This record gives sequence, C-alpha cells and structure tokens, in this order.
Amino acid sequence: MQQCSILSQLITDMNWALNNNPNPEEKEPKSSDLYHLGAIDLPEKPRKIEFWRSGLMGFAKMQLQQQHSVAVKMNNNGNNDRVGNNNKKGSTFIQEHRGLLPKGLILWTIFVGFISRGIYQWMDDTSKVRREEVLVSMCDQRARMLQDQFSVSVNHVHALAILVSTFHYHKNPSAIDQGTFAEYTARTAFERPLLSGVAYAEKVVNAEREMFERQHNWVIKTMDTGEPSPVRDEYAPVIFSQDSVSYLESLDMMSGEEDRENILRARETGKAVLTSPFRLLASHHLGVVLTFPVYKASLPKDPTVQERIAATAGYLGGAFDVESLVENLLGQLAGNQAIVVHVYDITNASDPLVMYGNQDEEGDTSLYHESKLDFGDPFRKHKMICRYLQKAPIPLNVLTTVPLFFAIGFLVGYILYSAGVHIVKVEDDFHEMQELKVRAEAADVAKSQFLATVSHEIRTPMNGILGMLAMLLDTELSSTQRDYAQTAQICGKALIALINEVLDCAKIEAGKLELESVPFDIRSILDDVLSLFSEESRNKGIELAVFVSDKVPEIVKGDSGRFRQIIINLVGNSVKFTEKGHIFVKVHLAEQSKDGAESKPALNGGVSEDMIVASKPSSYNTLSGYEAADGRNSWDSFKHLVSEEDLLSSSEFDASSSNVRLMVSIEDTGIGIPLAAQGRVFMPFMQADSSTSRTYGGTGIGLSISKCLVELMRGQISFVSRPRIGSTFWFTAVFERCDRCSLKKPTVENLPSAFRGMRAIVVDAKPVRAAVTRYHMKRLGISVDVMTSLRTAVSTVTASSGRNGSPLPSSGTTKLDMILVEKDSWISTEDIDSEIRQMNSRTNGNVHHKSPKLALFATNITNSEFDRAKSAGFADTVIMKPLRASMIGACLQQVLELRKTRQQHPEGSSPATLKSLLTGKKILVVDDNMVNRRVAAGALKKFGAEVVCAESGQVALGLLQIPHSFDACFMDIQMPQMDGFEATRQIRMMEKEAKEKTKLEWHLPILAMTADVIHATYEECLKSGMDGYVSKPFEEENLYKSVAKSFKANPISDSSCSQS
Amino acid sequence: MDALVAQLQMQYRNYTVSLYQQGFLDDQFTELKKLQDDASPDFVAEVLSLFFEDCVKLIGNMARALDQTGTVDFSQVGASVHQLKGSSSSVGAKRVKGLCITFKEYCEANNYEGCVRCLQQVDIEFKALQTKLQDMFNLEKQIIQAGGKVPQVDIN
Repeated sequence: MQQCSILSQLITDMNWALNNNPNPEEKEPKSSDLYHLGAIDLPEKPRKIEFWRSGLMGFAKMQLQQQHSVAVKMNNNGNNDRVGNNNKKGSTFIQEHRGLLPKGLILWTIFVGFISRGIYQWMDDTSKVRREEVLVSMCDQRARMLQDQFSVSVNHVHALAILVSTFHYHKNPSAIDQGTFAEYTARTAFERPLLSGVAYAEKVVNAEREMFERQHNWVIKTMDTGEPSPVRDEYAPVIFSQDSVSYLESLDMMSGEEDRENILRARETGKAVLTSPFRLLASHHLGVVLTFPVYKASLPKDPTVQERIAATAGYLGGAFDVESLVENLLGQLAGNQAIVVHVYDITNASDPLVMYGNQDEEGDTSLYHESKLDFGDPFRKHKMICRYLQKAPIPLNVLTTVPLFFAIGFLVGYILYSAGVHIVKVEDDFHEMQELKVRAEAADVAKSQFLATVSHEIRTPMNGILGMLAMLLDTELSSTQRDYAQTAQICGKALIALINEVLDCAKIEAGKLELESVPFDIRSILDDVLSLFSEESRNKGIELAVFVSDKVPEIVKGDSGRFRQIIINLVGNSVKFTEKGHIFVKVHLAEQSKDGAESKPALNGGVSEDMIVASKPSSYNTLSGYEAADGRNSWDSFKHLVSEEDLLSSSEFDASSSNVRLMVSIEDTGIGIPLAAQGRVFMPFMQADSSTSRTYGGTGIGLSISKCLVELMRGQISFVSRPRIGSTFWFTAVFERCDRCSLKKPTVENLPSAFRGMRAIVVDAKPVRAAVTRYHMKRLGISVDVMTSLRTAVSTVTASSGRNGSPLPSSGTTKLDMILVEKDSWISTEDIDSEIRQMNSRTNGNVHHKSPKLALFATNITNSEFDRAKSAGFADTVIMKPLRASMIGACLQQVLELRKTRQQHPEGSSPATLKSLLTGKKILVVDDNMVNRRVAAGALKKFGAEVVCAESGQVALGLLQIPHSFDACFMDIQMPQMDGFEATRQIRMMEKEAKEKTKLEWHLPILAMTADVIHATYEECLKSGMDGYVSKPFEEENLYKSVAKSFKANPISDSSCSQS
Repeated sequence: MDALVAQLQMQYRNYTVSLYQQGFLDDQFTELKKLQDDASPDFVAEVLSLFFEDCVKLIGNMARALDQTGTVDFSQVGASVHQLKGSSSSVGAKRVKGLCITFKEYCEANNYEGCVRCLQQVDIEFKALQTKLQDMFNLEKQIIQAGGKVPQVDIN
C-alpha cells in the first residue's frame, strides 16, 4: 500500500513535471517533502526511498539542465532576457540597430522631401529661364517690328517732305497748292496708315509776315486760341494740310511750346523729330507728332546747324497714332494675349511717359523685359516693357514629377524600412526557432532519459507491489478479496510490461539497444511462448500451434530474449485480436520458402493421395479450417514444406554460410487490420484506430519495437492482412549458425528421451494440424503416421492386430504405441465410440502385446465431451492444446506410465551443491566495511572456500598481481578512493597486459557485491568487466546462482568469456 | 536442570522473537546465525563485536564531523553513514539501518539539524541494540552453562 502511494506520488510528480514547473528550485523542496514523508512513514522501506529520491533528484537536475519542452513553452516569458542575450550574441547589424529603423525612416523621408524640393526649385528655375527667354524674344521682336513700322512711316513723311521741297520751292511758281497737297496726301494716305494726317507749315520770319498774310489771305493764328498770332520772330503757319487735319491751316505751329521745340530741333538736325506723347484730338489715342524739316536749297555736305536753319523752308508734320500702331502690330503677332506690352517715352528718365499700354493692366510684375526703341529721333528715347499677362503657372510636369519623386522616394524608404523590420523579425524568429529547436532536441533527449529513468523508478516499487500481491494471494482471502488482489496483480504485470516496452522504445530511440549473441534453442523458445498464451487461447477456443521446419538448426546463436520478445508481441497481438480459428506460428529458413514455391509443381506428385482427398472444399486448408489472409500457410504451400523436409531432411542444406536466415510467420484468423490503417501499424503508439485501444487495450508500441528489433537482427518484418479474415505477420531474422556449440544451460524443458523409436498414429482430417502434431511428436522421437479419419485408423489397427497381433499396418516389425486422435475427427465421426472401445478392449485383452494407448487432442473440451471420451476409451488422457513437445511428452509419460528417467537437475540449490562449487576455491573478498567483509568471508567459508580479505581496491590490486592463485573475487562496489568498478577495470587491464606478455589467458571471475539490485548497476557491472553480481546481504540461493554461473562457465583456465 | 534449560530456552526464544518483532533485527541476522556452525562457533559474536566496534568508531567520526564549528563536511559524514549502513545491513540491525538511510538523506540534503538528530537516534538505537544483544548472548551463555542447547528460533 505504501509503495502504491509512492507510485501515485511519483506519477503526480511526473505529471507535475510534465505540466511544467518553470522554477526548478521548487523541485527540491517537493522531492524532499516526498522524501520526508517517505522517511517518516516508511522506515522499513528506506532503501527504496533513497533510490527513489535519487531518481527524482536526477530528474530535477535534468530539468535544470534541459528545460522540458512543455516547461519551455510556459517559460518563454521568464526566459526572454536569456533569449535577448542569445540574440545579441548571434545577431546581425540590422538586428543590433533595430531601434534606428524608425528614425532612419523619418530621416529618409525628410531627405527625400529636401531632394523633392530641390528638384522643384530646379525645374521651376528652368521654366522661369525659358519663360524669360521667351519673353525677351517676344519683346525684342515686338520692339523691332514697331521700330520698323515706325521708320517706314517716317520715311513716307520724309518722302512727302522732299515732295514739298521739290514741287513747292524748286518749282516756280509752286506746283503745289492746298488742293493738290490735300488730294495727294489723301490719295497716298494708305502709305501712312498710322499718321492721322500730315500738314506743311512754312517758315515765316516776322518780316515776311505781312507779305505772307496778304499772299494767303489769312492771318497767322496761334494754336491754342485760334486768335491771330502775336508778333514773334518767326512763325510756322500751316499752309498745306491733309483734309483730316484741315483745321490746322493757318495755325502757327510754333505757337505751341512743344511744337516749337520740335520744329527747332528738326531744322537743326535735319531729321524727323517726335513730340512727347499726348492724346490725339480726334481719336483720343496716344500719339506723337512727327516733324520733318524741309530745306529750300540743297544743303552742303555736312551742313552746320546755322546753315540748316538758314536753309529751312518749312516743316512737315504728322500726328502719329502710336497706340494704333502698337495695337496693330501686336495684333499681327502670335502670343499676343500672353504678354502685356507697354511703350514708354523715357526722354525724361525720371518721369517715363506712357505711349502705349494700359497702366492698370499690370500683368505678372515679377518678370519683365525692356527693349530699347529707336524711332529715329536721337533726342527722344523710348523703351518697350513686356510682361506676361498671367503669373507663371506651376508647370504640370513639375506638379507631377515632384510628388511622384517624393512618393517613390518615400516608398523606397518605407520598403527598406519594412524590409529591415522584416529582417529583424525573421532573424528574431530564426533565433527563437533555433533556441526552440535546441530546446526541443534537448527535451527529446530529456524525454527519453526521463522515460528511461522514470520507468526504471517505477519498476522497483512495482516489483514490490507485485511481490506483495503475490504474497497477499498466498494468504487466506475471501473470494472478493482474492479477485481484487488478482486484478491488481494483473494490472501491475501489465504496467510492468508496458514500462518495459517504453524502456525498450527509449533505448531503441537512443540507439542503445544492443543484441547479445548467445546460443539458444528456437524450438524451446517457441514452446515457451506458446505456453504463455495457451491459457488465453484455450479460453477463447483458438487453436494455437507452432511448427518449426526441420531444416532450421536446433541451436542458433542470437539474442534469444529479443527474438522471444518479437514472437510474444506478434503472437500476443494475434491472440488479442482473434476470437475464433487459429494462430499458427511457423518457422523455416527464408531460402526454404522460395524453394518451396518454385518447386511446387514438381513436388505435387509426391504428396500422398489421402491428404489431398481430405481437403474439404467447404473449409480452407488451414490449421483450423478458417480462411487465412495469407495463402502461404495453407496446406497447398505448407505441404511442400513438409514433404520437402521428408525428402530432403537427410540431405545436407547449405551449411557453407555461417549465418542462417529464418523466416517466422504468425498467422491468425482474427479481425485483421483495416486497409486504411495498414500503412501505420509499425509506427509507434499507432493502433489501427482509436476504438481498437478501447476494445482491446494496448499501447500500439509493440509492433514498432518488434520492427526495430527485427531490423537489428538484419531482417524485415511485414504482414498481409485482410479485414475480418485475418492477418499474417512474418519476419526474417539472421542468426549465427551454431552447430557445434552446446547450450551453456541445458534447456529447462529437456525433452524426455524415453519415446525414441516409438510409433504413433495421428488421426486428423486437417493436414496442417496433423503436420504440426507430427512435428512435435518427431521432436520426441516418435515417428508418426497420419490418418485422416478415425474410422480408417480404427479399422487399420483392429485389422492388423487381428491378423498378426502387430498393430502397425505397414511394417510388422515395430509395434504401434499410441493412437492420437484430434477431437474434431473424433466428434465428427459418429458411432465410433463403440468401435474404439472394442478395439481398446480387444487389444487390452492381448497380454502379449501392449495395446496402443489412446489419447485425444483438444483445444477445449466440455464436461460432457470429456465424459463421452472417457466412456469411449480415451480414458488414458486428453492432451490439451496448444501442443508443446514437452507437454505431449509429459502426458504421454503419464499414459504410458513410463518412469521418467530422473534427470539430474544440475541446478539443485542445496548448500551441498554450493559447497561442492566453492570447496577449495580461493576467494578474495574486497570490501571497505569490516563487518561486511567478515560476514561475506563467513558465508563463503561456510561453503568451504578459502577466503582472503582486502579492505580496499588498491589492496585487492596488490593481491591480484599476476600470477595469483585466486579463483574468484567478490568486490564491493561502493568503496572510498577506488570503487569496485574501477578496481575491476584495472584488474582486467592487468590481465590484458599479462596476456600480451605471457600469452597466458587470465580471467578472474569478479562478482560485484551490491545492495542495489537495479538493472543499471548490473549493466555497469558488466561494462566494467565484472562477471556478475550478488546482492548484499548474501542469500544462499542468490549466491549460488551467481557463483555457479561464472564458475561453471569458467573452469578457471578456460576463458570463453569474451568480455574484458 | 532440564526445567531450567527449558525455561531459559523459552525465554531465549521469546526474547529473540521480540527483537525481531520490535524491528531491532531482520532476516539478515538469521542468515548470519545460519553461518555459525561448529567450525566457527563464535561467528555471530565476532561479527557483532566487529559491528559494535565499527559503530562506536563511526559514530565518533560522525560526531566529530558534525561538531565542527563553521562548515560541516557532509560528505565525510555521509561516507561514515554509508559505512554504518553497510555494516548494519550486513548484520541485520534493522533499526540502525533504517536510521542510516534517513541519516544519509539528511546528509545529502546538507541538513545539519536532521543529521544531528539522526546521529543521536543512531547512537541510542545502537546502544539499545547492543544491550539487547548482550542480553541475548547472556541468555545463550546461561543455556549452554545449564547444559542445554541454544534453540533455533524460527521467526516466521
């Protein structure tokens, strides 16, 4: 009970460990809590607790070192700082500067903004320059054209002036009068479109005024008032005028201040002279008056001003409509609307006078261009100013380019940023993954170790539980109590089996499983396995049979335990999943199955007729008659195997190779494996489907272990399965041939040899089953004839015994010893009982001949059937299946009342035997504990051994210097300074050296003395070169076993042990 | 005379059984007794005296180790405990052995208080056992002096 509580405590503990505890420190108090509890409650089981605790502590340490996967997950927060550190360790540049990423993005954005702005500036400047260029060219063009037009008009006036001079002054009398002038000017007005009108004023000095006034019949009037002019030095009255300006006639042009200046200037320079702009009377346009001098006589070259004045005859003038002129001009040019043109008179630089242009119409003031205008008057200066009408619009390409550039730049920045962020994230993830991977791997290792450790730990108390239960079952219990205890025991055994499987699994995963190589007898192993399942199969009514081909060597070398494990697993599965029919284990050489299949047609003729007849069409030719998944085991192919054996059993098989490849097939007629699940049967923890585990239990670990084991044995495992029909698993395994080696330990089930040479008839309608029976009988040395029906057998026996007393049908020389009848054959044969009885009684009556004994084979038998069997004469015995050679032997012994030749049991564990083993042997006992040493010495002395004691490993080494006379050494494991393992290793080393030097082989059997009987210690013992161990305190039986093992195997000088 | 012997034998038997029942001794002591035969008539006494000597020595060691002011070398104590455990299990001194196991745990846990407590208990137990066994041997001697034979006590 107490152990149960420990167990449950442990399981809770395991759960707790698995369900994670991030603080390994908490582990300590807990385990020691457990320990306290155990120590107080269980003073009588202290060793186990100690052991227990060390296991837990070990696990706790393991936890510390390698966080369990589950714990890891929950632990993430706690471990973050560690993760961070790790990242820093293996991080890249980007990761280290992750904080700069957003700043970088912002900086980049600002940078791109600046660049964009620069681009904008540049483009704007470019467009401005272009605009200015355009403006300049347009302005210059306009100015030039204006100038041209103007000068054309001036030329026309000049021409008119020449006309006047020619025809008015050079002709005498004058050819021109007002009428002519008016007509001419009117008719040539087209040439001067911009001159509103021209007029000619004559130079009149005051002296000539009166004459002039008389001549013309009018008085000279002033311009402003129209009154007759006051007296002046000189007058310039208009004498000719175009019609449009006829109002000018008789007006003194010199009366106007400006006009007078003009006139004076004109006659001084001899060139056209302009007035400042003024509003014209008629059109209200701005205009200027153009004045041109007319000279009387031809002037000398380079005339002086005086000469010019003197030569002046008059003045020709015209009003120039500048506004119209410019308007007209601009109208002719493209791009008129785009620019604003102003024309100024800048003779007085400080006060420019507008000649053209709306002063309000400012246009784009930011940009303008001035062009000089030369209207031919050196005194007057003019300029043209051009402006754009509208402010420069922001160009479309700038509008598109710059934002686009900015957008692209920003996007690039953002892409880089997110790439950086992504890289950081990916690398973080990568590191995290790496971390997790490491932890997962560690967790996997930890899992395996944990499983192994815990399994080990559980096994120890479980053994206690099982032992206690066994003892409990031996006491007097009520049926209910017994039932409970038995159930508990069964469960415990199942748990142990499961734990062993888990351990195996963990070992296989860790690659630590190694196969041993010892000679063993396959047949007896199979018999053992069969006997394990006989109870269950019998209860279920399943036929369980084994058949080993004769070609399979009797003894092979290999790992019998593992081989047994595979078979137990497969047969166990079969038994579990089979409700009716049979389970048939067949072993033969792998080459044989091929041969059998190939030689099938050739051998067909060799099969005896009645066997073929016997096969009923309604049932299948398998062991039980049920259909099997794989046809290989049905009689059709099986008979070849059997008959081939008959034919070739004597001929030697391929003995050249040292290995033998066996094929074992296990056929059942169970539920089969669903097709969908067939692919994963060999995967661990996978069952056909989840309902399977509910119905049948089990973990699904067995097959995967079997697969691993088979592969370790250099074989393959496979299966054929048909749902609801059955499965046939088969595997191959390679063993070493071991023809000469004999088993160290004689098989426990040494088959009795008393049956050799006997003959028997087996009555069985099913040839496969008959073959199996024959196989077992053959092993007992009984030769068998198979009859398919009981009636035939009875009649044969009766006839032969009636004829000559010899019951054997074919040969009269040997007697028939027994008739073995399969129950089915008997039941199916009606009314045979009496005949059997008759036969029985008749043969019994014959005193000279021992009658053949009758025996019945049955898988299960009911009471009534049993009674009937008894009455029919099968009084002798009913042999329950599954058949095993040893069991048949035992039963037949009973029947035939053979005195079993008493086998000398070599392992009688009497002190006498121990004494015989130990007497005279010199044994070294090494133990640091004086008391222990004395006890061990006492015990060994009691059995006649000569004992020498050593209190430490060093002393022992000194005593064991080769050559020495010790026959064995008992070594304590836990010793200060040099422990038993180390001492053993050194001893073995010494032996090795001695062997190299002297060619003499030394192998001192060393047995460990230990209080821990756990497996791990044992393994360690073997590893360090020990031969075995005895548990302290000494128990006779235990001691004997260990001693016998190493002493018998080693008759001192002989060292067949390969370990060292 | 025979009556005395019978009485002594009975007393001896009862006493031995009580030792087993009180948990002073276990099967190993029985085994030990089995080893005693004519060839080595004082085997048990010899082993036990060895054991007690060992005990005294070890307990002294432990007491010294635990008496250290400052740092206590628990591994040293542990080694002694281990020795004592081995000896006691060899002679079948069940209670001492049990205590040793507890003791060892405390040592491994570096639990000073527990160690001291255990040491005291071990001392008490071992002395008690010594007394009891001394009584038993005295009884044996008396039986032999009375001309009787020391009976085999079947514990089960």
